Amino acid sequence: MQSKLKKVFSSKEGVLFVIFVLIFILMSILSPHKFLSNYNIQSLAYQLPEFGILSLSMMLIIMTGGINLSLTFTATLSMIVGGLAMSSSFESTGMAFLSVLIGVVIMLLVSAVLGMFNGLVVSYIGVTPMLATLGASTLFEGISLNITKGGAISGFPFMFLNIGNSAILGIPVPMIIFIVVLVYMWILLEKSRMGAAIVMIGCNPKVAEYSGIRVKKILFQTYIISGILAGIAGIIMASRYNSAKESYGSSYLLQSVAASVLGGTNISGGEGKVLGTLLAAMILQIISSGLNIFGLNRYLTNVLMGFILILVLAINFITDYLKKNK
Amino acid sequence: MATPLIEIDHISKFFPGVKALQDVSFSIETGEIHALIGENGAGKSTLIKILSGIYQPEPGGIIRMEGEQLSHLDPLTSLHHGIVVIYQDFSLFPNLSVLENITLGRFVKRGRKLVDYKEMRKVASKSLEQLGVEIDLDTSLGDLSVARQQLVAIARALANNAKLLILDEPTSSLSSSEVDKLFEIMRSLKSRGISLLFISHKLDELFAISDRFSILRDGRYIGTYGENELDDDQLIALMVGRQINYTIYPKRYLDDPLLEVQHLTKKGNYKDINFTLHKGEILGITGLVGAGRTEVVKSIFGLNSSDEGSILFEGKEITIKNPTDAMTSGIAFIPENRLSEGLVLRKSMRENLALTILESLSNSFGLIDQSEREKIVKEWVARLEIRPDNPDLLAAKLSGGNQQRVVIAKWLATEPKILIVDEPTNGIDVGAKAEIHKLLRSLAETGLGVIVVSSELPEILSICDRVVVMRRGRVTADLHCEGLNQEDIMSKAI
Repeated sequence: MQSKLKKVFSSKEGVLFVIFVLIFILMSILSPHKFLSNYNIQSLAYQLPEFGILSLSMMLIIMTGGINLSLTFTATLSMIVGGLAMSSSFESTGMAFLSVLIGVVIMLLVSAVLGMFNGLVVSYIGVTPMLATLGASTLFEGISLNITKGGAISGFPFMFLNIGNSAILGIPVPMIIFIVVLVYMWILLEKSRMGAAIVMIGCNPKVAEYSGIRVKKILFQTYIISGILAGIAGIIMASRYNSAKESYGSSYLLQSVAASVLGGTNISGGEGKVLGTLLAAMILQIISSGLNIFGLNRYLTNVLMGFILILVLAINFITDYLKKNK
Repeated sequence: MATPLIEIDHISKFFPGVKALQDVSFSIETGEIHALIGENGAGKSTLIKILSGIYQPEPGGIIRMEGEQLSHLDPLTSLHHGIVVIYQDFSLFPNLSVLENITLGRFVKRGRKLVDYKEMRKVASKSLEQLGVEIDLDTSLGDLSVARQQLVAIARALANNAKLLILDEPTSSLSSSEVDKLFEIMRSLKSRGISLLFISHKLDELFAISDRFSILRDGRYIGTYGENELDDDQLIALMVGRQINYTIYPKRYLDDPLLEVQHLTKKGNYKDINFTLHKGEILGITGLVGAGRTEVVKSIFGLNSSDEGSILFEGKEITIKNPTDAMTSGIAFIPENRLSEGLVLRKSMRENLALTILESLSNSFGLIDQSEREKIVKEWVARLEIRPDNPDLLAAKLSGGNQQRVVIAKWLATEPKILIVDEPTNGIDVGAKAEIHKLLRSLAETGLGVIVVSSELPEILSICDRVVVMRRGRVTADLHCEGLNQEDIMSKAI
């Protein structure tokens, strides 16, 4: 029993869990009235899913040895196109349910197409993921701005707001969606053929190819999944903010990289755990919320997030180095 | 007799499990063209790397230059002494100009922070003049033909005041008129007192240009001979004859065709390749490095699509566009480089073993049957006696022989009918080699067709029933191994 406990707490996830608990306790002690307030806990529960889903989407791509810098603009472009369809359908027909259905389906479709675009450029054309998705991010942002002219798309049926703001049996709907995504990702990476292939491609694409794995096809599909996950996060954000705008969630981009890496995903690919990314996303979430409560200005929060990312990368590098030279 | 330019005195170099060079001594005179000859793996590259300061020889070995001992050679001091190697890929910078490529070494040499372009221009045009060639200094190197890039590499060597120019297979990508031009330049360099160490596998070229030959075999020095002391056959006899006591398995005559390769051609790789692999047979494919052996087998496995020709499996023509097609036809391929192409080193034995059979292990939802995977992994670990037998162990932690067993196991798990192995015992110690040979032989006896690509002639003669010899992209012989010796094979390969 004791050795089992020891094993749990010496794993990366165990360490992350301890860190999470410590920070949570620290925040609670420093600001018991505000941090532990019902309002704050509620808002954490509503904010975590969109960030968590984006982090899982990022993790998936990092595991293949790539990166998806177009993540947040995939989310916002799909919410803008879907949102436009939803509000204009609602305006002309007045049918709320149908409009919401159209809107959500289009958001998902658009995100899948954007993922496909990235997948095509990265796997079949062979552009480095960093450059391909950086280019795509500018492209998606540009298209978004052309549609919105810099404003926000609004006029959604009230029903749509339920997705981001209501709760079922006391559990926020975004959280339910997040749990479904978590389970799906866990099955994908831990139990499925595709997950096994992704891990091996991330380590050494040549060996995977030489072993009869269709590397290009798998990479292509992975980018589609990443796109759809971004689309889901986009739906939650559009619903929570009751509008769609290209700049929503833009601060999540680097934070999702931070969450993946902090969660133990190897930045060069081949390793990553759903649980680790979840815990890391939770840690980053309570840090940023806590700092917000203490009244630290937003820009300083960004500085701190950047610092944490660099620190984690450096620690990972050093521990790997020590392990290798042991 | 004058002091030789370079004296190589009792040089050895050991790597874990391999004695790459053992007690090699010979000398190179000033202003001679000296050929260094040996089979693949004879130690030529290691010797070059010692001369150029990349490797340090074992203690006790000495290199003298013009009578003076060079105590510690690193790449920079070697260059300072005028030892310049021109590798097959020239080690030039294709996106820089000809001028920059020629004078780059001097930037480093001076250790200066600023570049005097006027002076550099003078140096560069002078060294091109010495070669008697005209190349625009401002062209970017990548726009030149291979032959002209090589001249730039030689010009760079001259700009570095080369005393010994080492040319590693300089003719491998040149046309015959370009070779003539190169030889002319080599002779003019020689007449100006520069020594050349020339490495080539082409006998006619060796005899055409060299003053003397030094022969290495199996890391040992065999001897140095003047150009008129030897003929082709004698030279081949000195090169081969590695004394390795492998078990010689009985040679069988099999006649049930499994895989027929007909007129297979790929431009720049190989031409008009024909051979047949029979059921239960081990067919060797040998030849010198660059003969196109690996390219041919990669084509059979769908990794290097051919331009023309056909492949027949059990008498029926098959189309192979990618590894998946090849696997569907029951073809398995074990690449030469186990560490970068065969295994994912930082993953477990289990994950590596299951990589080829993910498809058959998973249900229609794409989920892997974990207990089935465990069963198959355990079964193959036991059947191939992989040690240690813990599937959780990372592939990187296994010995070379056991790593190779994991790669073989991952392919046997696909239940192939044809197993292609490229250099099956590359980098494996002698004892483990014999074990791998035994394993391949027992697999063939179950009816599997095995193709073994190998540079090691004793290995071919030990396990193969038949051997196909390749030279410069073509099949030069298709022989039965009964009563065959190394000279027979080498004379077709060189």
